[in-house]
Amino acid sequence: MPLLEVENLHTYYGNIHALKGISLTVEKGEIVTLIGGNGAGKTTTLRTICGLLKPREGRVKLEGEDLTQYKAHDIVYKGIAMVPEGRGVFARLTVMENLEMGAFSLKSKDQVNKNIERIFGLFPRLKDRRSQVAGTLSGGEQQMLATGRALMANPSILLMDEPSMGLAPVLVEVIFDTIEQVNKEGVTILLVEQNALMALGVAHRGYVLQTGEIILSDSADKLQKNSTVQKAYLGME
Amino acid sequence: MQSQNTSLWKPAIQSGLIAGGVAVLLSLVGMVATFNQRFIISGVFSMGQVIFLAPMLLMSYFFLRKTMALSSQKIVLYGLLIGVMGGLVLVLLVLLGTNFNLQAMFINSSSKLYDILTFNQPLAPGLMILLALSAVMGVLASGSFLIPPRISAAVIQGITWVLLVGLLRDLIITVTSRWGPLAGPVKSLFAVSGLKPLGAIFLFALISGLYYWRNGKPVSPAQKPTQTKDRSLLFWAKWAGLIILLLLLPPILGIFFSDILDTVFMYILMGIGLNIVVGFAGLLDLGYVAFFAIGAYTMGVLTSPELNADPMTYWQALPFAMIACVVAGLILGLPVLKMRGDYLAIVTLGFGEIVRLLALSDWLRPWFGGSQGIQLIAQPVIGNMVLNTQQELYYLFLLGVGIVAFIAWRLRDSRMGRTWMAIREDEDVAIAMGINHVAYKLMAFATGALFSGIAGTIFAAKLQSVYPHSMNFLVSINVLCLIIIGGMGSIPGVFVGSLVLMGSPELLREFAEYRYLVYGALLVVMMLTRPEGLWPDARRKLELHEEELEAEAHVLAEAETSAMKSAK
Ligand SMILES: Nc1ncnc2c1ncn2[C@@H]1O[C@H](COP(=O)(O)OP(=O)(O)O)[C@@H](O)[C@H]1O
Ligand SMILES: [Mg+2]
Repeated sequence: MPLLEVENLHTYYGNIHALKGISLTVEKGEIVTLIGGNGAGKTTTLRTICGLLKPREGRVKLEGEDLTQYKAHDIVYKGIAMVPEGRGVFARLTVMENLEMGAFSLKSKDQVNKNIERIFGLFPRLKDRRSQVAGTLSGGEQQMLATGRALMANPSILLMDEPSMGLAPVLVEVIFDTIEQVNKEGVTILLVEQNALMALGVAHRGYVLQTGEIILSDSADKLQKNSTVQKAYLGME
Repeated sequence: MQSQNTSLWKPAIQSGLIAGGVAVLLSLVGMVATFNQRFIISGVFSMGQVIFLAPMLLMSYFFLRKTMALSSQKIVLYGLLIGVMGGLVLVLLVLLGTNFNLQAMFINSSSKLYDILTFNQPLAPGLMILLALSAVMGVLASGSFLIPPRISAAVIQGITWVLLVGLLRDLIITVTSRWGPLAGPVKSLFAVSGLKPLGAIFLFALISGLYYWRNGKPVSPAQKPTQTKDRSLLFWAKWAGLIILLLLLPPILGIFFSDILDTVFMYILMGIGLNIVVGFAGLLDLGYVAFFAIGAYTMGVLTSPELNADPMTYWQALPFAMIACVVAGLILGLPVLKMRGDYLAIVTLGFGEIVRLLALSDWLRPWFGGSQGIQLIAQPVIGNMVLNTQQELYYLFLLGVGIVAFIAWRLRDSRMGRTWMAIREDEDVAIAMGINHVAYKLMAFATGALFSGIAGTIFAAKLQSVYPHSMNFLVSINVLCLIIIGGMGSIPGVFVGSLVLMGSPELLREFAEYRYLVYGALLVVMMLTRPEGLWPDARRKLELHEEELEAEAHVLAEAETSAMKSAK
């Protein structure tokens, strides 16, 4: 059984039919990427999985359990955490407080402290800036914080929405290195990206989304060689 | 450099014209004539004159403060220019007003006004004086940039205090008359209207001298790094001092000021509550007065013998009033808190009006008294003392404020406070972390309702009566304004905001019909110069300086990139 299974998802904004029957699966331990251009419906897909949007049709299943029956704020307890588009750090809270917020769903204080140590191991720069308010961090540091904050909840699957957005290429590499590292530590990842080159570089498998529909799915290697992908998303002729 | 400076001529002329325009406006609304007999320094200059000359001084000051690093010649020239331009506008007004009859349009365009503007001289020399004085005002402002900052700061303090003390003569004499041996000397500074010239000189010398001395006190290095023990001692000493001062205020200030203080503290009580709702949790509640009304009316209904065969005492009724407010907060909150932003504001606004209309309605008259309200409300009794004077009730307000401020302060630094802040910053992200946003918003809403209700009960007890018309929309707006003025989310800000917003109109009572003009002008000036509030929350400051932050983050990012590159 796949860890995450999305079946025939239809999501609307009023009359706008944003997702037109999306289906995808993520196996335990995988990095799966969902690539697509602006407005393809990537963010909508993640927000529907998280329960922030209610689908009009279709299922989101985690380890076989249907999640669409739950309230949005219960989803994290099931094991899904999100790194939102544009990072969404709490600008006026300190780095430490942001991380603690990320662990809102955990009961044990010891577990929270253990997780903080783990995040500081992963992102030593956050440790240096632990008592700084998040709004004064640089873009790269905010992305690290948003990622760390999501990991604080001990998720079984991490949803990441365009982590490379607005970052200098060197920093994008740093972020993608940590994505691989986090994955090696056992966290399954669904990675949404416009930066197809980088995303296919780290992912095992990929889906290509276009105006609310999945038009392609394959292993990352094969997608990199696919002529449609090369033309539309990798900027090759 | 040269070309950059010459480009300032135009804005300087504009500023001068604006200053003149303001002076004309103040003249034509009648302030100049009304306050002409109100001397600041007896026989030397009056409030009226300050009103039409101050715009030039202030405009010149702010203009020069904004422009940096000019030669001293330029500073004087620009100051002069602004003063002269402002003066010319006033001269034009006098020429127009004396030659044409403007009274059909401007009722205050009287010959009396023009006599004042020309200093009771014949037209030609009078206008010369007017123009010259305006110019002097402009140059005076320049002067403050030419002398050493320490001196100019002291002089500005001195002038400000002379103006304030001269203006508030009556209040100061009333208050100090209670101070025994001090009363005589203080009174001797004042004339029948305003300060005596000698008194003004003395006051100016005293204030600017003190200020100069205090600013220059060298901080000895040995003194500075105090040990932590000393510092915490100092901390407690400061708090103890503040508390003792607050306790002593009513006897020091007398009845009139105690009454103002009651109002100020009542609004602090409400402000702390609304600050939790708006400042902490980010819920714009425009119907906040509803909970104040529910508190006051519950107190009224339960304790007034008019409506009750067996009326309760204040203390017996208090818990019921508190429960009623919390319940009302939950009932209103539950359906509306799923809404966002603007909708919430409109719905709460409606709720406030509904509560007022219910209290006013004939239908509910047997319970709430309709437009007659409720009388004979119980006053709080402690031991065998009835708290019924303004001064005694002050202590009740103080107690309430003390408790509520402490709770708010603890809440802010708690997990709950941070959760509110997270919801305020990004609701969706907060939800995705498992935060039940509706529950947390409800808690903020109910807490705010409770604090407002407590203020309502004391209000009812103070007046021994409640009327529907005291529960109007303006109360909600006032509370919101004082929070904004003090600084959103800041607890000390609520104190400062309430003092300024609720206290100053009382002090400005003398300005009668111009009170709200002055008040409005003060608000506008404040929001322009200090949008983050008078005592902003340290974290909140960030929000209003986001652009700077972004710029800073950009610099950081560049540094980051180059650091990474070199590491590779
Ligand atoms: N809040 C919204 N209201 C209405 N339409 C929206 C909203 N958010 C997104 N959309 C529309 O839904 C489609 C998918 O958007 P989105 O999921 O944000 O795309 P992506 O993340 O791939 O850039 C777009 O056509 C967009 O215009
Ligand atoms: Mg998107």
